[in-house]
Amino acid sequence: MSKSKETIDVTRLDEPLVQVDNLVVSFGTHEVLNGVSFSIARGQTLAVIGESGCGKTVLLKSLIGLIQPAAGSVKLSGADIATISSATLAELRTRTGFVFQQAALFDSLTVRENIAFPLSFNEPSDQSIEERCDQLLIELGLDPSISDCYPGELSGGMRKRVGMARALMMRPELLLYDEPTTGLDPIVSDVINELILRTRINHFVTSIIVTHDMKTVRKTADRVLMLLPASQLNKGENQIIFDGPPSELDRTSDMRVQQFVRGDAGDRIAALVSDNSFTDGEWK
Amino acid sequence: MASGTVRTPNPNSRPAVLVQVANALYALGNFTVFCFKSISSLTTKGVQRGTLLPAAYQIGVQSIPVVALTGLFIGMVLAVQSYFQFHQLGMENRMGAMINITLVRELGPVLAATMLAGRVGSAIAAELGTMRVSEQIDAIDSMGISPIRYLVVPRVTACLLLVPALTIVADLVGVAGGFLYSSLALNIDAAQYFYNSKEYVTGFDLATGIIKSVFFGISIGLISCYHGFLCRVGARGVGRAATGAFVSAFVIILFLDLLLGIALDTIYFQFNPGGNSLL
Ligand SMILES: Nc1ncnc2c1ncn2[C@@H]1O[C@H](COP(=O)(O)OP(=O)(O)OP(=O)(O)O)[C@@H](O)[C@H]1O
Ligand SMILES: [Mg+2]
Repeated sequence: MSKSKETIDVTRLDEPLVQVDNLVVSFGTHEVLNGVSFSIARGQTLAVIGESGCGKTVLLKSLIGLIQPAAGSVKLSGADIATISSATLAELRTRTGFVFQQAALFDSLTVRENIAFPLSFNEPSDQSIEERCDQLLIELGLDPSISDCYPGELSGGMRKRVGMARALMMRPELLLYDEPTTGLDPIVSDVINELILRTRINHFVTSIIVTHDMKTVRKTADRVLMLLPASQLNKGENQIIFDGPPSELDRTSDMRVQQFVRGDAGDRIAALVSDNSFTDGEWK
Repeated sequence: MASGTVRTPNPNSRPAVLVQVANALYALGNFTVFCFKSISSLTTKGVQRGTLLPAAYQIGVQSIPVVALTGLFIGMVLAVQSYFQFHQLGMENRMGAMINITLVRELGPVLAATMLAGRVGSAIAAELGTMRVSEQIDAIDSMGISPIRYLVVPRVTACLLLVPALTIVADLVGVAGGFLYSSLALNIDAAQYFYNSKEYVTGFDLATGIIKSVFFGISIGLISCYHGFLCRVGARGVGRAATGAFVSAFVIILFLDLLLGIALDTIYFQFNPGGNSLL
């Protein structure tokens, strides 16, 4: 597959780690991303917020080529992922950790095998891998004795942390979190927030955190993007309706951002009533 | 919906048919690409160490009982069915030839493959479908590991090797079943039964069956992995992947059976213009 030997210059620190230009993703006639552009400098932690179904997961997956865009480009360390060979793309992916919304642990493997999976595939298993698994579990506040359990035997919060450990195993330079705190109680959520902060310092990673959780945003991010569902855009409007530090969120004049930040349904219920799908307290 | 104009096809207008045709062609193209990727991964990189054995166990070892049972019943049913016709012609001693040819050329491979499409194909589709829905396949991909190489290649290889092996099991048990029923229940002379079988069942008949089963094996593997990979979200999606895999594999098995039957016979008669008649 890889006839040309491409080299990706990782030492060019001035180059943005991720650069997205005019990304368009659609499924059939349903356009999810409609020309999204942004870039992230090394070491930055970016939060992506927006209502359910606006395309946050799709955006995250497009960044490492799990979803093919209809148009536009994604560059990782300056390399356009659509034009590089599959071997180079695989190499770039090993330097990226992805924490999935439902953890996506392999059901048939134990916790330790899950965490070691990215390495065991390339290298014969040895003592140091096992030690590193245990070390990561401890770092994420889990008891190493769970490493012989199967994912089905763990709670949601534990699974998310095992998913984080698996993402950290390859010592990534870019970490992509898909809703790291969704579905967890407030205390475990805060533990995860702390872990995201600590991971950033300990491993010097660049992170993108997709979330609905404003607490996570304020605690971990130095920059926030808010996406609007493509269907709600005014003509010619950019899908990213907010781009700035979290402290700016409260000062923006855009009502849609304010509503999201405050968690306020606003005129949504009124809109439902007027289109007759919700009348007399019942859905039609 | 999105900005700009979105055309929703009217199901009653003729273009809707075109849309259906276009979708079918698109799916066929997708499947072709999937097959090409899988086969090129198999031929260039081989099978990933440690992945073949579990797949082979799941596909092969655990299927032996059902396949043997299938073979046994086919053999006996063939005996029951052919007896009436052969008896009227006074040729019941030649039943062995007819039963065994039908068994090794046609019914053994086709019914064993059908059984395996149901047992193994839908299990593969459901397993990979669940992995797709719970983002496990994306997770493998996100680590720079090819899901085709890690998940598809071992399963297709196991099907490729084990469907023929299981077909041989079905054939053997079927031959025994046909013989036992004929000699014990129908009182056919055992020596005559075997003599006629030996005279008329050729190596070519056996080879035809095995060649067919190799193609059936690859088809079952590729089709069921493809259905799993395409799985839609939700339990209904997984169920549909499983039944979809079985139905498509079944249709393809019958289609290939016809095609290979014609092709192999054409080749055979090139070399043996007279053929080999029962009468
Ligand atoms: N594989 C797919 N096929 C078809 N449509 C899809 C697919 N993946 C996502 N979509 C559609 O894309 C839109 C965005 O989905 P996405 O999962 O990115 O939402 P999200 O912003 O992550 O939402 P949530 O916060 O609920 O996770 C949805 O309308 C969804 O229906
Ligand atoms: Mg999502």
